[in-house]
Amino acid sequence: MAEAKLAERPVAAAGAEVLTVNDLQAWYGESHILHGINFNVRAGEVVTLLGRNGAGKTTTLKSIMGVIGKRSGSIRFDNKEIIRATSDRIARLGIAFCPEERGIFSSLDVRENLLLPPVVRPGGLPLDQIFTLFPNLKERLTSQGTKLSGGEQQMLAIARILRTGARFLMLDEPTEGLAPVIIQQIGHTIARLKSQGFTILLVEQNFRFASTVADRYYIVEHGKVIDGFANSELSANMDKLHTYLGV
Amino acid sequence: MQALYAQLLVGLINGSFYALLSLGLAVIFGMLNIINFAHGALYMMGAFVAYFLLNLGGINYWWALLIAPVIVGIFGMILERTMLQWLAGLDHLYGLLLTFGIALIVQGVFQNYFGSSGLPYSIPDQLKGGVNLGFMFLPIYRGWVVIFSLVVCLATWFLIEKTQLGAYLRAATENPTLVRAFGINVPRMITLTYGLGVGLAALAGVLSAPINQVRPLMGADLIIVVFAVVVIGGMGSIMGSIITGFALGVIEGLTKYFYPEASNTVVFVLMVVVLLVKPTGLTGRAA
Repeated sequence: MAEAKLAERPVAAAGAEVLTVNDLQAWYGESHILHGINFNVRAGEVVTLLGRNGAGKTTTLKSIMGVIGKRSGSIRFDNKEIIRATSDRIARLGIAFCPEERGIFSSLDVRENLLLPPVVRPGGLPLDQIFTLFPNLKERLTSQGTKLSGGEQQMLAIARILRTGARFLMLDEPTEGLAPVIIQQIGHTIARLKSQGFTILLVEQNFRFASTVADRYYIVEHGKVIDGFANSELSANMDKLHTYLGV
Repeated sequence: MQALYAQLLVGLINGSFYALLSLGLAVIFGMLNIINFAHGALYMMGAFVAYFLLNLGGINYWWALLIAPVIVGIFGMILERTMLQWLAGLDHLYGLLLTFGIALIVQGVFQNYFGSSGLPYSIPDQLKGGVNLGFMFLPIYRGWVVIFSLVVCLATWFLIEKTQLGAYLRAATENPTLVRAFGINVPRMITLTYGLGVGLAALAGVLSAPINQVRPLMGADLIIVVFAVVVIGGMGSIMGSIITGFALGVIEGLTKYFYPEASNTVVFVLMVVVLLVKPTGLTGRAA
């Protein structure tokens, strides 16, 4: 029933490119991390960036979010160039970020953490739907944010960006360090968000998890995208993938 | 006994100023990571603005309570925009030195024009006189300062700990990058926070004008004790700085009664003890 309400909401025409990254380069201080990243994400897709540790996946997400000081190239979101935009402006265009370290605030309780990101546009999930997705959170609203278990913190980190009306979510390794049953719950959540029209850019080390939710993959290595394929081509690309990821 | 109560009252008054000033320092330190040595000079400016408003503009004490913090707050925000913001991410020492320099310049300018002696600022008519409480005589203005300071401190605590704006502030203190990535204009919030902290100092300056007169060095004398208070209470804790401010004022007052020779040093002795036992302060978090 809740989903029926959501379905009425306008989503970008399926297949239209919402994010186009071209020759993205980024630096941490003096070290050159990204050497020309190229990829795109279409509306309603779940796209996963795969790659070894230190390949530049997280830096790619952070560059899109505008939190890497020095970056060049082109990032187009909803037909707007955002390579020079500040991160608060990028957020207000409708991109929401769930960082790898989760970023739960210890000086805020769970409710304050949940309500922290401001609503940037209409169309966010109402709180009762968020609690349907993550029933644990409802019982812990007055706990200190960082007193939650790792799984609950991850759920809180995802939950709080669903309220804001952003329809483009970037999740950085949401399954890292979590128990299988929690990983499964996060998988269900991502599938459900996709069915509700959210577009999701995922960074994952856990390839098996990614294969349960992703539409397409890009392989990142040494700060470049070196390959990409759809989920349907997965079995044909298995050998290559093992070489890329070294698993 | 009369003398004891009188010293307790003096302690509470001083404690009010300690609390208002250390509260502002705590708010500024939390958000900007700057140890604001200009705080005493800005407190002095608050008193001077009240003096100018009265003597040049005929604007009374009550309006000064509102206008002086706003004017000095704006001055503070200009300082932050033009100078302090460039120190973000650097060692604390840079902010400390810069604000110390600003304090010296501001105090020097005022000293040049007004000398070192005090300018009188009279108690507003509505707060003149006193009441006999039976066990002691309470000057109304002093009672007003204690109660009003307490209300302002608690209101600030409420703003920071219990409102959405305060949640932004606390979150940005922990992780400004992420808060900005949620769509909040953190640099603007930092500027406003500095303005708020500075405004509290100016408010304390206005409150103190009728008690201590208006002097260019009034802040320089006070700020050393306030920094000891902040060290004892712990940088960055809001309630901690309020409670420590009032408590140390009272301890100072009691010392004046029981062992007057130590009254000027007791705060520093406590500071040394706290630094040895718990370097982050009684309520502080590790920096």
